[in-house]
Amino acid sequence: MQTVQRAPMPLRILRSRAGGVLPILAILAVLLVLVAVRQPDFLAPPSLLSFLGRSAPIILLAAGQYFVIVSGEFDLSVGSLVTAQVVVAARLIDSDPSRTWPVVAVLLVGGAFVGLVNGLVTTRLRVPSFITTLGMFLILVGAVYLWSDGAPKGGLSEEFRRFGRRAFEDVPVLGRVPYALVVLLVVAALAVLLMRSDFGRTLVAVGDNPRTAELSGVPVWRTRTIAFVLSGLAAAVAAILLGGYSGVSFQAGAGLEFGAITAVVLGGVALGGGRGSVVGAMLGALTLELLFTLMNFYGVSGALRSTVQGAIILIAVAVSGLRFSSR
Amino acid sequence: MSGISFLPARRPVPGVFVALTLVLAIGWLVVEIDGGQLFNQSTTVSLLHVAAGLGLVAVGQTLVILGGSLDLSVAYVLSLSTLVAAETMNGRDGALLPAIGLALTVSAGVGLLNGLLVTKLRINAFIATLGVGLLLKGYLDNGYDGPAGSTAPSLVQTLGYQRVGPVPLSFVLLVVVTGAVWFTLSRTRFGHHLVAIGGDPEVARLSGVRNDRVLVTAHVLCALCAGLAGIYLASRLGSGAPRVGTEGLYDLESIAAVVIGGTALAGGRGGVIGTVGGVVLLASIDAIFNQLEVDAFFKQVIRGAIIIAAVAIYARRALRKADS
Repeated sequence: MQTVQRAPMPLRILRSRAGGVLPILAILAVLLVLVAVRQPDFLAPPSLLSFLGRSAPIILLAAGQYFVIVSGEFDLSVGSLVTAQVVVAARLIDSDPSRTWPVVAVLLVGGAFVGLVNGLVTTRLRVPSFITTLGMFLILVGAVYLWSDGAPKGGLSEEFRRFGRRAFEDVPVLGRVPYALVVLLVVAALAVLLMRSDFGRTLVAVGDNPRTAELSGVPVWRTRTIAFVLSGLAAAVAAILLGGYSGVSFQAGAGLEFGAITAVVLGGVALGGGRGSVVGAMLGALTLELLFTLMNFYGVSGALRSTVQGAIILIAVAVSGLRFSSR
Repeated sequence: MSGISFLPARRPVPGVFVALTLVLAIGWLVVEIDGGQLFNQSTTVSLLHVAAGLGLVAVGQTLVILGGSLDLSVAYVLSLSTLVAAETMNGRDGALLPAIGLALTVSAGVGLLNGLLVTKLRINAFIATLGVGLLLKGYLDNGYDGPAGSTAPSLVQTLGYQRVGPVPLSFVLLVVVTGAVWFTLSRTRFGHHLVAIGGDPEVARLSGVRNDRVLVTAHVLCALCAGLAGIYLASRLGSGAPRVGTEGLYDLESIAAVVIGGTALAGGRGGVIGTVGGVVLLASIDAIFNQLEVDAFFKQVIRGAIIIAAVAIYARRALRKADS
């Protein structure tokens, strides 16, 4: 963890512009062209919309992770939180449709609560967030296995699953619009609004320089705690969509935390905080998903997914780092 | 991070040993009441075996964390090392030394890559080593479905299962490696430079320390330790295991052991003796719960809580010291 170098004001403006969404849009455009060459059908509204719907969970997680990262912390617990939520939902609903809405509420409250605990332990007890959320990861995985005796129990109701796999049918022009996509658009709009509000500016300021923020009267601990709560909430929504789309398993959220962090960094957000936009983070997640789709089209083995993910993240970060240091 | 300590072992008895003594005392009492025996031959041996594997990785991890870096790729390096070693040996005693050499060389190569990415390309260590880890994961997932190769019988008999009284040879290896790393940190220029970089890279650079070279060396040593742990695990399992590193959570647990051992995650403060204390603490909790036949999943919950609590206590202490 290297200390972030503070640049003088004019340079910092350049940097924030450099950390904008243009590079990730360029990568996205290149990938779209590659996809179009190989599989032109993919760009037709129905398949494109269902792709966006499928990508909704990881994009939501990236947005949640963005809030935490831009405030200068990490959240490694989101993958295990998603798993825990999916398994808990199945057991609580137990295939009883009437329990759908109460359980959705329970999941949202649960996600916010886990975020609150992460935030308070990190800010009030001064435990590095890496350790806090790693501990939370172990606790959640252990607890969920313990609670279900090693195998998921119960089942999700069709009412619950529809968020992840049903769609508005027969929409003019577009055809089929997945519910997940609508949820994604609503959350994305809320996230953008939030980052444009006073809170958003405070959040970035806290990540950029907590000391200065503190001295200007910002309650740093409260701001960071809220960021963790937002990440927990995003994980809850992602879990609802994922549970619906791919069903109940202990692997539901495995590895999603690193996926979300990769996406955020790919979207031009600096680890350590203070730089990057939530739109960039979400576009980063979309790019990553598109890349995996592209690999499918070109017949690359699924086992190599992580190699590609690793290579992409290294190249993206190295290139942006070189650009900064050449200034 | 004010006031750089050039003496990594300034506090020779970190709080982790107090915690370890307490845990062992309470654990012994509870197990005794439960009608079991905590310190019989077989539990002690298995405790030390667990500690040896995690310990080797954590000792290496201490080096990079002290220097203000971090290595998330160790779990994959470890898995890779078991495979390289076991496949090269292929059950032949004659190939023992070349296989160990090759496994360590491959590991060192990964460490070199990590180090260069962190220093020359200035990629955040978290991202750089995560990226390298993912590269290796893809290679392992793509090439291996299950165990492969076969460890030389002579290695299995010695490093894997031989012991001196209740102390396994592998734990002796851990003690030797820890001693060497302790000496390096407290008595050599490299060690002092590494701690100085972890304390404040800019000040270290201005004082004439070659930051890049020192950090790259630390990363290579860290990967070598993970590679050594891989050879040990290959000797325990009798073959190469492509998922052993990740399933054992060696990446995250080694970092947890380092931090429980009193090394600051931000670098510049701590030492390798504390890390071994942290490893033995984690292994002891494991052994106590095994004796009490506590559910494995409950064990994990407690583990997570202990890691957070331990670090919270350190943070509280540091805060109090800053106030006074």
